[in-house]
Amino acid sequence: MSQVLKTVSLSKIFGSKRVLEKVSFELKRGDILGIIGPNGAGKTTLLYLLLDIVLPTSGQVFYFGKDFKKHKTEILIKLGFASQYLNLPYSLTVEENLKVFGHFYEVSSLNKRIDELLELFKLYHKKKVLTRYLSSGEMMRLNLVRAFLHRPEIVFLDEPTAGLDPEYVKYISQILKEEVISRKITIVLTSHQLGELERIANKILLLKQGKVVGFGELKDLFEAFQVKSLEELYFKVFYETSF
Amino acid sequence: MKQVFNVKRIYGVVLRHFFLLKHSPSRWLDLLYWPTVDLLLWGFITVYLQKEAYSNNFWAFQFIGALIFWNILIRAQQGLAVGFLEDVWSRNLVYIFVSPIRVYEYLAGLIVYSIFKAAIASFLMVVIAGLVFHFKFWLTGLQLFLLVYGLLLFAWSIGLLTMSFLLFFGQEAEILAWALALLFLPFSAVFYPVEILPEPLQSLAKLVPASYLFETMREILFAGKWKVDWVVKSYLLNLVYLGFSLGVFGYAFKLAKKAGKLPKIGE
Repeated sequence: MSQVLKTVSLSKIFGSKRVLEKVSFELKRGDILGIIGPNGAGKTTLLYLLLDIVLPTSGQVFYFGKDFKKHKTEILIKLGFASQYLNLPYSLTVEENLKVFGHFYEVSSLNKRIDELLELFKLYHKKKVLTRYLSSGEMMRLNLVRAFLHRPEIVFLDEPTAGLDPEYVKYISQILKEEVISRKITIVLTSHQLGELERIANKILLLKQGKVVGFGELKDLFEAFQVKSLEELYFKVFYETSF
Repeated sequence: MKQVFNVKRIYGVVLRHFFLLKHSPSRWLDLLYWPTVDLLLWGFITVYLQKEAYSNNFWAFQFIGALIFWNILIRAQQGLAVGFLEDVWSRNLVYIFVSPIRVYEYLAGLIVYSIFKAAIASFLMVVIAGLVFHFKFWLTGLQLFLLVYGLLLFAWSIGLLTMSFLLFFGQEAEILAWALALLFLPFSAVFYPVEILPEPLQSLAKLVPASYLFETMREILFAGKWKVDWVVKSYLLNLVYLGFSLGVFGYAFKLAKKAGKLPKIGE
């Protein structure tokens, strides 16, 4: 089955505030979905709902055809997540942090896998360094290593290239694309770097005040909204709420 | 067959705290310094008072024994509550709970770590008590382990309640990691018997599992007698406390997820 993720009418209300309203979409193996929207549109909340960190008020999430609610552990082991807004414990070294999570995900040949990924994300020289001494860019790359440690089938990334130098933005995007091509993984990411997103995503979900105002293949959206770039699309859709 | 507990994941939680200890002299200091200072300070005060008022060693020994037992309780409770706080402080909860670790596996990891903390602190105190005060804790009998297990169960109940308060009220409630166990101190018969308390407070003390364990410890030291019914009462109460605190924690965790508090709790 090629469908890996399906949400059905996913809604979230915090108190009297409706943060997400009836969000429905489907992704196939190998898709790279970019979620875009202004600040407060509900992007991060949507990721948290998809990862069971926040419970939905209503609606359902299915992974690989299975109800997420009923098969949590079995599904979570196939998901990866990295966020610009989160850190790993500062008092542990890069290697120690990865070892802890390696045990959570039961990663086989853990030491080898850690070395392999640290090399890939150009962090090997920081292996024995306490996490507190990493720059914000290095911390984000470490978050990415953690997300890919267990060879996940779907990876969720919240602003993965924020805080990275342009050369690393390009490099990370290239890694993500290669992972999709070689392992047919699915990636869901939020980003404000529209140029980079346009280069790697094949699908886009437009979120405005918690509602999906557009979802589909990039080229189809360009046609539907009569625009030529993601940036143009962004300003056309969110003009009222953007600066 | 579905695996209920995944040992690797529990080991991961323990490893996270061992790594933390490895790099943190201040945490080692907290673990070793306070039990040592407590024991030396109160041990010498007790020896002094004993010389003034009593002729046998019972008074001093019951005080030293009580100190060691109380430290086991405190360290085990903090192992759980402060262990959880470490993940709150480092804003690590989201990464932990997007992993396949189940909440009870995470708790099991913290419990193992809390046993380690209690074992280190009590071992140190037992050695110092033997060397400095000639109090051979281990000679009081292996049954003492039954009292220790009872104290651990009580400590975990308090630890779970502390964690629940953290989930309910956020980091504002972190002071409870140190304060909540002390709330039970006056009613746990740690340094004096329950009968010393005024009548209404005696009834309250009878609802605290630790009071039966400390009373039993005194009986063992004083008369070499083993009050089985007290120990049984304590264990039964412990089961009620543990069931209640697990229920509260489960509810608090679900509520935190509903309210979207897990990503924000360390902010």
